[in-house]
Amino acid sequence: MSDVPQQTPQETDAADAGPEDIETGADAVVRALENARVEHLFGVQGGAIMPVYDALYHSEMNHITMAHEQGAAHAADAYGIVSGEPGICMATSGPGATNLVTGIADANMDSDPVVALTGQVPTEFVGNDAFQETDTIGVTGPITKANVFANDSETVGETVGSAFALAKRGRQGPTLVDLPKDVTKGVAEDDPGTPELPETYNPPETAEPEAVSEAAETIASADKPVILAGGGVIKAEASEELREFATEHEIPVITTMPGIGAFPEDHELSLEMAGMHGTGYANMAITMTDCMLAIGTRFDDRLTGGLETFAPDAEVVHVDIDPAEISKNVEADHPLIGDAKAVLKQLATAMPRSPAADEWREQCQQWKDEYPMDYAAPEDEPVKPQYVVEAFDDATADDAIVTTGVGQHQMWACQYWTYKEPRTWVSSHGLGAMGYGVPATIGAKIAAPEKDVVCFDGDGSFLMTCQELSVAVREDLDVTIVVLNNAAIGMVRQWQDAFFGERHMASQYPWIPEFDTLAEAFGARGFRIDTYEEVEEVVEEALAYDGPSVVDAHIDPGENVYPMVPSGGDNGQFALSEEQL
Amino acid sequence: MSRNQDTHRNGLEGPAPEERQRPVGRRNSQGIRIDPEVEAEHEPRRTIISAYVADEPGTLARVSGLFHRRQFNIESLTVGPTQNDGYSRITLVVEEPDPGIDQVKKQLNKVLPVVHVRELDNEPVARELVILKVDGDEPDKVQAITEMYDGETLDAGPRTITVQITGDEGKIDDAIDAYAQFGIREIARTGQAALARGEEETARVDETHT
Repeated sequence: MSDVPQQTPQETDAADAGPEDIETGADAVVRALENARVEHLFGVQGGAIMPVYDALYHSEMNHITMAHEQGAAHAADAYGIVSGEPGICMATSGPGATNLVTGIADANMDSDPVVALTGQVPTEFVGNDAFQETDTIGVTGPITKANVFANDSETVGETVGSAFALAKRGRQGPTLVDLPKDVTKGVAEDDPGTPELPETYNPPETAEPEAVSEAAETIASADKPVILAGGGVIKAEASEELREFATEHEIPVITTMPGIGAFPEDHELSLEMAGMHGTGYANMAITMTDCMLAIGTRFDDRLTGGLETFAPDAEVVHVDIDPAEISKNVEADHPLIGDAKAVLKQLATAMPRSPAADEWREQCQQWKDEYPMDYAAPEDEPVKPQYVVEAFDDATADDAIVTTGVGQHQMWACQYWTYKEPRTWVSSHGLGAMGYGVPATIGAKIAAPEKDVVCFDGDGSFLMTCQELSVAVREDLDVTIVVLNNAAIGMVRQWQDAFFGERHMASQYPWIPEFDTLAEAFGARGFRIDTYEEVEEVVEEALAYDGPSVVDAHIDPGENVYPMVPSGGDNGQFALSEEQL
Repeated sequence: MSRNQDTHRNGLEGPAPEERQRPVGRRNSQGIRIDPEVEAEHEPRRTIISAYVADEPGTLARVSGLFHRRQFNIESLTVGPTQNDGYSRITLVVEEPDPGIDQVKKQLNKVLPVVHVRELDNEPVARELVILKVDGDEPDKVQAITEMYDGETLDAGPRTITVQITGDEGKIDDAIDAYAQFGIREIARTGQAALARGEEETARVDETHT
């Protein structure tokens, strides 16, 4: 934050006099962001982006300098998930831009609203393999909703505004504007105004009324209805409508992984998450249902398993704002193209009656009783990771935000934490990007400073981006990072146990840093858990510490994630142990 | 710590996979519900798709990248300007099962500069151009074949003759077969360009896109 001066009386005068005049393309870029009511930016300085940073010098926006551009993209992504407003990440050309790529790809897979601003070499050098030049537009084309090479100083502000609008509207996603240095340094005078969508982009809002009536009739006639709530429910701010619809018609609710939090997991109608590591009851229900109302999900293979065995008896009502998701993976009998919130309202009005599904609900309850989420925790064995997750859940507020890296710890965090609110689960779903945890924790806390933010990370995932701890310390963020440490890339090791004859090739760490000590070196607080007796006290102290803390939780290295549906398998045939794989 | 106070933990249990209820139905590998008695996989078919696009840098790269990335089987792709400044028409020939053709259209529609996409069924007007270079040993015979296919000789020398043939895909294939006897040295084919027949509009374009 050294580049943002403390507010002095002089500064206040300047603010009173209104914003600075726009003189350059870079000024227009900054004004476009201000007009979009952006409050925070995540980025790393560098040669080609310097004019934009210079234009930020007098801005009230808060720029957070990250340790690595990947961190900036993940932080912006998490900021977008938690706040609902596009997260902004900035990087210079070449290596700066390529370092953003993992984070942009992650946002693209999860349809998270992110705007990436990248510096570029001056246009006269473009194509000459100039210093720090990369074809950023070419590289990011397949992983952005839209990307634009800005070639005009006068319109660059509007281009950035349009990228912001595109990231947020319709199916959300990452957008990128590549900013050549001569364009940001060039003359611009006009205020770019508030963000506007391009004329050609008209996302659908409500679904065809006739299709809605037919779908409502199908749902009302079902014997075994389920709702499958995806991340689109949360993105459309439709959680409330979902709750009303489900409780009014007493339809059990299953979520996808990005859909976690769309429906309270302690509700009697909740079956929690289905799919590869979903609950046994959700996987039974999703397999046996005769009518699935799927909302805002793209039917990822981790959810569906093999398509041949996915909800084979079900008529599918598919609500999505992106027509291309309809029948991409699972054929929709009743496509409803529109915004999830609007379509749920339409459906609620169109429902002729509630489905007669008493027997089905009893069946679902029976599956809940038969397949409870549980783990064995003998006291003489090392601490079980699930126990640590539950301990933090019990000690935090209902609306605490959980962020994760990717791997076994991520699955335990989603299985053994009870999510009750939307925008409290922040994870890398589609891309499965290890290293997401620490930077996402920063983005989440910046977006919701008043909330508890707990990150569950793995030792492998933490090691990929632990340098971002320096940012959490510098920004004095009150967050808790729990490393569920099994000295391995645990999920890989689990698959090696199951499918590669227990040959642990390159998945075990023969030596691993002491993460509590590492945290102290960064200026954070470090804690360590080795036994069950230590859990309660460490949880309390780590949460009470006013600043970033890292809990190095040495867990049972032999513990694996179950239930499990093998890749491409049959959800109804989930394994409860390795023997059942 | 409600759950943790439980000293009695059993781990995951419940009926084993083989003891569980099973659904009756089945889907195919394309996620379509099928009658278990009938194996109904969709057969690929060839079709022409026309996209009316704004000329922006990289539009063609985006379109071709999309086809590569999503593994659509593309036969040919042609592009050229239209009567409206700043807009081009891309004609694609693809071979895919119906769900794939559907996806091609939907994914093309998501590319921002794409104004309108449609599949040209109902026998569109479709033409392709080929330029062929053959050995010049038998100029009279080459000329005869060229006339037969309404072609044109573009270049004739002592050793090579270069001709052009325009027509639908079948005619061009036949012509190439006929020239094979002379020894074909090189071929350049354009791929198909197409418009909808008669009054029917190829692209739905409003006044903001003309």
